[in-house]
Amino acid sequence: MTPPNAAVLDVTGVSKHFGGLAALTGVSITVKRGEIFGLIGPNGAGKTTLFNIVTGLYPPDAGEIAFNGARLTGMKPHQVAECGIARTFQNIRLFANMSALENVMVGRHVRTRAGVGGAVLRNAATRAEEAAITARAYALLEYVGIAGHAVEPAFCLSYGDQRRLEVARALATDPVLLALDEPAAGMNATETAKLKRLLERIRGDGTTLLLIEHDVKLVMGLCDRVAVLDYGRKIAEGAPLEVQRDPAVVEAYLGGALA
Amino acid sequence: MRLPTERWRDWKRDPRVAWAVYLGLAVLLLALPFFTDWAAGRAWVRIAAFALLYIMLALGLNIVVGYAGLLDLGYVAFFAVGAYLYALLASPHFGIHLPFWALLPACALLACAFGVLLGAPTLRLRGDYLAIVTLGFGEIIRIFLVNLNAPINITNGPQGVNLIDPIRFGGFSLAQTHSFLGIEFPAVYNYYYLFLLLTLAVIFVSMRLEDSRIGRAWAAIREDEVAAAAMGINTRNVKLLAFAMGASFGGVSGGLFAGFQGFVSPESFTIIESVMILCMVVLGGMGHIPGVILGTVLLVALPEALRYLGPLQQAAFGRVLADPADLRLLVFGLALILVMLLRPSGLWPSPVRRRELAAGDDVGSARV
Repeated sequence: MTPPNAAVLDVTGVSKHFGGLAALTGVSITVKRGEIFGLIGPNGAGKTTLFNIVTGLYPPDAGEIAFNGARLTGMKPHQVAECGIARTFQNIRLFANMSALENVMVGRHVRTRAGVGGAVLRNAATRAEEAAITARAYALLEYVGIAGHAVEPAFCLSYGDQRRLEVARALATDPVLLALDEPAAGMNATETAKLKRLLERIRGDGTTLLLIEHDVKLVMGLCDRVAVLDYGRKIAEGAPLEVQRDPAVVEAYLGGALA
Repeated sequence: MRLPTERWRDWKRDPRVAWAVYLGLAVLLLALPFFTDWAAGRAWVRIAAFALLYIMLALGLNIVVGYAGLLDLGYVAFFAVGAYLYALLASPHFGIHLPFWALLPACALLACAFGVLLGAPTLRLRGDYLAIVTLGFGEIIRIFLVNLNAPINITNGPQGVNLIDPIRFGGFSLAQTHSFLGIEFPAVYNYYYLFLLLTLAVIFVSMRLEDSRIGRAWAAIREDEVAAAAMGINTRNVKLLAFAMGASFGGVSGGLFAGFQGFVSPESFTIIESVMILCMVVLGGMGHIPGVILGTVLLVALPEALRYLGPLQQAAFGRVLADPADLRLLVFGLALILVMLLRPSGLWPSPVRRRELAAGDDVGSARV
C-alpha cells in the first residue's frame, strides 16, 4: 500500500498522432492517491485522447504510463481495468438492453472467477459467487441512489440516472482510480450538485478520481488539482484557483485579446 | 376484484403449474414417436429425430449469434467437422471402428478446436466483415472435404464416406429393433430418444451458460464491446469461448448425424445449410432458447409438410398444376418474409431482444 500523497498514476511525456493531427504532445500528469484531479481544456484539446491512452484503448506513440507500481503502457483495456482503473464514457456507453442491475453485475466480472464449468455445474462456489455479485451490484445501485430502477433496462433510465449507473458499473470493478469523462455533461444544476456530493463521497471512501469536465464551477469546487490541456499540450497545472488566474489558461479559453 | 392478467401472472408463477407443464411436455415428447408413427407414418419420426439434431445445431449457433452477437455464416463447418470425424473413425474407410462414447467427445473437442481456429483470426472483425470471413471458412471446410481424396485419400472426395457404423453402446445397437416391456422400438425410435436426451443436455447447458458470469460477459460484448473491455472483460477470450462452445454443440450434432445417416458427403454441408440454421435462430428469436427451438421445429417441419402440396393438388384439381418442389421453396420463402415483416424480432423473442428491436429509436438515443 502506497502512503497517501504518493503518486498513483504517473503519465510521462505521452504523445499521440492521428495521421497528421497531433492530438497529444509530450503530456505529463501525476495523480496522487486520494485526490480529485481535474483535466480541463477547450474542445479538441486532447482530454479524451489522454483518457483513452491511460485506459488502454489506444497505445501512445511515445511516453510512459505507470499506475500503482505497474507499467500500463501497451496494456489492453481489460488488463488496465484489472490493474484498478475504471472509467466512464463521454457518450454514455451502458449495456443498453441489460437491466441496471445486470450492468453493474458485468462490472464484477473482472473480480470474479466462475468459468464454463462453474456455470454449467452451478456448484456451491459458483452459487456463492453469484450471490455475492448480485448483492454487491445491488449495494452499488443503492450507493449511487438508483436502486429503485434495478430491474429496468438501462436505456429506460433518465439521463442523469444513466450517468450514475455508469459510475456504479465502474465502481463494481473495485477501482483504485475512477476516471470520469465529463460526468456532468447535459446535467442541470440540481443533478450536478447531486453528482458533486456523490463524487465527494466516493473519494471519501478511498477511491482516487480523475475527471474531465467542462463545468468550470464543478471543477473549481471539487478538484484538488487540475491540469489544463490546449491543442494537445499541457499549458498549466496546479490548484484550481491558481490555474484559473494563469494567463495561458485565460488565453486558451477566451482568446488572445483578453490576455 | 383481481384483473385477469394478474390472475394469469399468479397462475404462471405457481410452481405446481410449472411441474404440471413439465410433466405434460415429458409425456408428450416420450410418446411423440409412437403418435407420429401412427398418425403420419415412420417418415415423420425420422423428421422428428432430424428436428432434434437441428435444435442442437441451432442452440450452438445461438450461443455465437444470439448471446455473443457474432454473426457466423459458416456454422455448418462445425457440423461437417463432427460428422466427418465420426465417419472416418467409425467406418470401413480406414477400417477404424471406435466406440460411440469415445467418438462423441472427440467430435465435440475437434469442432471446439476448429471454433477457436476460426475465431482467432476474426476477433477484430465485426458485423458484416465477420459474416463474410465466416462464410468463407464454411466454404473452405466443404472444399477441403471435396478435395482431400488425393494424393492421400482422407475424405473420399465428393462420393463421401459410406457404411458408417450405427451408434451402439457395447452390444446394444440403435440400428436394430429392440423390444422393451413388450413394446417394439424400431431403429428410428431409438435414435429419437438418444437425440432427445442429448438435446435436453444441450438446452440445460445453454440455459446455465446464459444465466452466468460468462453469459453476462457475452451479452455485454454484444451490447457494447468497447465498454465491455473497459469493464475488464477479456473480449478476445470471451469471444473465443463463444465460438468454441457453439462449435462443440455443432460437432456433437454432426457426429450424431453421421451415425444416424450411415453416410456423409460434402453435399450435406453447403452454405445453404448454414443459412438455414441461421434462419432457425433468427426466425424463432435470437438469444431465446424456446424461440430458437420453435424456429427450428417450424423450419424442419414446414418444408416436409409442403411436400403434400402435390397430392393435395391431385385431389383438388385432378392433376398436379405446379411442381411441389418449386412450390415448396416459394411458399417457404413467402412464409419467411411474412414472419420477418410481422414479427421482426422473431416468433418468440426474449423480453430483452423484443425491447431491443421494438424500441430501436430509444436505444439509439440512449447511447448518444
